[in-house]
Amino acid sequence: MAVFEGQNGQDWRQRTRLVDVFVWFCWLIGLSIVVACLSFISDKTIWAFVLSAPQEAGDLGGRMFPPDWAYSNTLWRPLWDTFNIATLGTAIALMISVPVAFCAARNTTPSIVFVRPIALFIIAASRSINSLIWALLLVVIVGPGVFAGVIAIAFRSVGFCGKLLYEAIEEIAVEPVEAVTATGASSGQVLTYGVVPQIMPAFAGISVFRWDINIRESTILGLVGAGGIGLQLSASINNLDWSRVAVILIAILGTVIVSEWLSAKVRAALI
Amino acid sequence: MASPALSQETARWRPPPLIKSRRVRCFLALIVGLYVAAAFGTLDINWARVADGGPRALRFFSGFFPPDFAARWTAIVDGLLESLWMTIVATALGVLISIPIAVGGARNVAPLPVYFFCRSIMAASRTFHEVLIAIFFVKLFGFGPFAGVITLTFATLGFYAKLLAEDIEAIDPAQAEAIKATGAGWLQWLDFAIRPQVRPRAIGLAVYRLDINFRESAVIGIVGAGGIGATLNTAFDRYEFDTAAAILLIIIGIVMAAEYASGVIRHRLQ
Repeated sequence: MAVFEGQNGQDWRQRTRLVDVFVWFCWLIGLSIVVACLSFISDKTIWAFVLSAPQEAGDLGGRMFPPDWAYSNTLWRPLWDTFNIATLGTAIALMISVPVAFCAARNTTPSIVFVRPIALFIIAASRSINSLIWALLLVVIVGPGVFAGVIAIAFRSVGFCGKLLYEAIEEIAVEPVEAVTATGASSGQVLTYGVVPQIMPAFAGISVFRWDINIRESTILGLVGAGGIGLQLSASINNLDWSRVAVILIAILGTVIVSEWLSAKVRAALI
Repeated sequence: MASPALSQETARWRPPPLIKSRRVRCFLALIVGLYVAAAFGTLDINWARVADGGPRALRFFSGFFPPDFAARWTAIVDGLLESLWMTIVATALGVLISIPIAVGGARNVAPLPVYFFCRSIMAASRTFHEVLIAIFFVKLFGFGPFAGVITLTFATLGFYAKLLAEDIEAIDPAQAEAIKATGAGWLQWLDFAIRPQVRPRAIGLAVYRLDINFRESAVIGIVGAGGIGATLNTAFDRYEFDTAAAILLIIIGIVMAAEYASGVIRHRLQ
């Protein structure tokens, strides 16, 4: 903060002149990086296609409307599959992520030198590959269908749940753990009576949170053949059957809204 | 606690359950059981094909090894740079557009109609997955990074504006009141009362979103929106699994490095 002698007495400013210049310089650098990137992208863009976007949008809107409502009756099964992919995938992920999280947390890991880095690597590798890429790989391995989707969602979610869970484990209060240890409990008993009750609310919150995300993710896995409503979507897009695409999008919208409402309810009940 | 039970020599103490009512617990267990039965009953898994997965996975992953960085190196570098440009531009644009929406979506700043309007923009951006949005922008703007930039910008809106709006709502009202008491105009009030309070988190969120956008840029390429995802998809389509493995390894490496860096930056800011 700085005070200057202005024309009408003292003038207050937020920064001194030197800091001001520095801040503007940073803005200048940032702005020039963005402009440079923009120019690279504009070189790779076919502007004729971009400029025709309004006509395209009008055309697309015309083809989507009216939606092919009769088609919606065949969507119940894919929606059920989508729901199953998200739910079973989350459940499997939770089963795997609990032991991984206990191995990754500094205060519960059996060995900081050997086990912890492995657990952390599992978490990082699972998190850095998107579920769509997991699905791409798994469709080749276990064949197209719902099963590949379930496993893809599970693999991606292990890292997410594991990371949040092990952070929760590291943040627990030590007093209850010490108290349980002082009663002469075995290490398994310390875990069940000292640690687990403390992370139960976090665990419940994380599972609902991830389930909500997974509903969204499972709607697109069908694009690479991993089951769910994405299969119908990609088939309709490939057939240029836009009135069906409109129905599918409305169905996805409904599913996402319901899942969001449900997870908000469950979270409110738990926390 | 049930003290009569405790008075018996053999009774053991049990921790209280997460859900208190016994009836609700039984009901939930029944529902979960029914659901799992129904889900597995209709899952329609081709177990023969799954069992076939072992040898297939072996062949598949032996195709991965050794990862071939050299054969398509120029394409990989091209894709990575394109992803990077997309990420930077989309994050900058997204943050720029998000800030007014976040201000409008904060209940303590904006009037109710503006609040609802801004909140519905956020909801619209968060509803559909990035890949779905990318499909439509690719249709509208043609293949290539432009569609990717628009997709990521749109996706940034829902995330950044929502979290920033929540942060604005959580500011300390005393300072805001003090600035107002000096006779400051509305813009001055925003500039001197709100901005300094949310600035560290605003920068932290932008760094975090930069990280997320890079990750997403690796995926939306699969549906034609440019970036490293397009290179990856091409490698898969040509059955060049060694190149695909190289790309995946590079993505994992960059994502880990970016996550570590963004974690350090955010830690320092807060």
